[in-house]
This record gives sequence, C-alpha cells and structure tokens, in this order.
Amino acid sequence: MPRVVVDVMLKPEILDPQGQAVANALPRLGVNDVASVRIGRRIEIDFTGEPDLDRAREIADKLLANPVIEDFTVRLVEADEPAEARS
Amino acid sequence: MTARIGVVTFPGSLDDGDAARAVRIAGAEPVRLWHGDAELHGVDAVVLPGGFSYGDYLRCGAIARFAPVMEKIIDAAGGGLPVLGICNGFQILCEAHLLPGALTRNQHLHFRNRDQILRIEATGTAWTNTFQPGQEVLIPVKNGEGCYVADANTLDELEAEGRVVARYVGGNPNGSQRDIAAITNQAGNVVGIMPHPEHAVEALTGPSLDGLGFFTSVLKHLVGAPA
Repeated sequence: MPRVVVDVMLKPEILDPQGQAVANALPRLGVNDVASVRIGRRIEIDFTGEPDLDRAREIADKLLANPVIEDFTVRLVEADEPAEARS
Repeated sequence: MTARIGVVTFPGSLDDGDAARAVRIAGAEPVRLWHGDAELHGVDAVVLPGGFSYGDYLRCGAIARFAPVMEKIIDAAGGGLPVLGICNGFQILCEAHLLPGALTRNQHLHFRNRDQILRIEATGTAWTNTFQPGQEVLIPVKNGEGCYVADANTLDELEAEGRVVARYVGGNPNGSQRDIAAITNQAGNVVGIMPHPEHAVEALTGPSLDGLGFFTSVLKHLVGAPA
C-alpha cells in the first residue's frame, strides 16, 4: 500500500537557528562550500485503507504544520521505498 | 463572591502549581482543570500554565491545542472569557489561533533563564489593567522556544491596535521580533506572555511581587464585567 509522506519546512523568511548551527559546524568537518542549511521534518502516514491525500492535507494543515511559520508538501511513495531512494 | 480561576494541567505542564498559588495569593479561588475535561466547571477565567505539554512533541503547544478542555476554552474565549497563557500557554494560544503569530526556537538556541525587565504597554486588557502604561516590571523568563515571530503586516497591526502588551527591556532574551514579550487579542480578554508572572508573587521565591498585578487585574476586570 502506498504511504503518504508529508514534508514540513520553515518558511524561507523564518530564521532557522538549528539549520544555522549545523551550517556553522560544517567547517569543522572540512566542508567549506555550503551556503546554507535548513532543517525540516518528514512525517510518514499509513492509512488503514487506500491513502487519502485530501485527508492527509487536512491533517498537515491542522496539526502537522503551523501555516504561520511553515510550508508543507504531501506526496505518495511506495511503502517499502527507503528514504534515500530518491537520491 | 470569590472569583474562580481555572488553571489547566496538561500532561507535561510544569507551572500549574505556581499558577494556582498565584491565583490564591491574588485573592481568588484556583480551580484545577484537567486537559481531558469536557467542561470548564463554571470558572470565571482560565490560566494556561508554562511547561512542556505533550513533551513539546511536533511543535510546542501543537498537540495541547486539541485537548478536550481547549475546545471549550476556545469557544469561551470567543465569548469574552479572560484567558492568560504563560510561556507554553502562550504557545498553545498561538497554535489555537486565539492569538496571531508563533513562538519559535530562541535565536541563539540556548535555554534562557533569568529575571527580566518588561515594559507594560497595553493596560486595557483583562490581565494588565492594574499597571500604569509604560510601567517597568521585573519577572522571571525561562524558555527555549520563546522567539515571537509573525509577518510584518501582523506585527504592524498589533502595534497599531495597541495589542503589544509587554516588551523586553534591557536585552531581548530570545530574539523575539520587535522585543515582543506579550500580546493580546482584539477584545483584550486573551493575553499570551512568555515570561512568568506566577513566579513573581512572593518575596521568598520571586525577584519582585510584580507578577501579582496580572492576577489582581483579572479580578478587577471580573468585578467590572457585566454578569
């Protein structure tokens, strides 16, 4: 059964101090060519029946994301698809 | 008759005991409300205390906003019930859209815990009517996610309508936009404040008694309010 994946990111205009802290740590790894890092959240939802994207959007809008500070996207993936399959 | 002020306990609330104590010291009767309560037990006002409701999972206040007691509080706030959200309570009020904007991670990423000077700017609210406009008060601040953010239009609107209740003075502890420490809704019955007035009500434990004013204000408001 496909799985619904919701990605939540801070809006571009909202400062992301966590991302900044990570970016600032990268030179310690010898990485000096990263301009910025922003941190978001990936949420995986498995419905009991057919995945319902409209319902997933409602869940994301009401609970998973705060529209004041965050944007979200909703998409379907195969349930057994590992997170790195898209790379 | 003694005013009855509800203090909500969510799983993970931390300052509900101190909030109830502050209510009592101010001369009202604290009524403990449980997050699962489907009614408000006839209270005259409600305090949403500080802490880490639901472990701050997802976002601070995001899950508490859907607690059964919150549905009742949201309805009642629309009808004028005075509601004070302190720290995590402020976060819950923003998540519940009773107040605009949001509270995000402190800009410097550190938990900040200190006694903080605030300037009270809006004295027409249910929770600040015993202060003088521009009065400076000393109240503890302790938060990790207290950085108030909103879009520029919302901030301008808050300023234009006199809804910035208090600002940080002598250093902004968390990066809040325009040094905002507390705001109110249009009607002035709902106030969210990041610092902790309930920790400044007794000489033994607080840096001042300035916090008491928030609780005596609501009593004054209730006396003056039409029944």
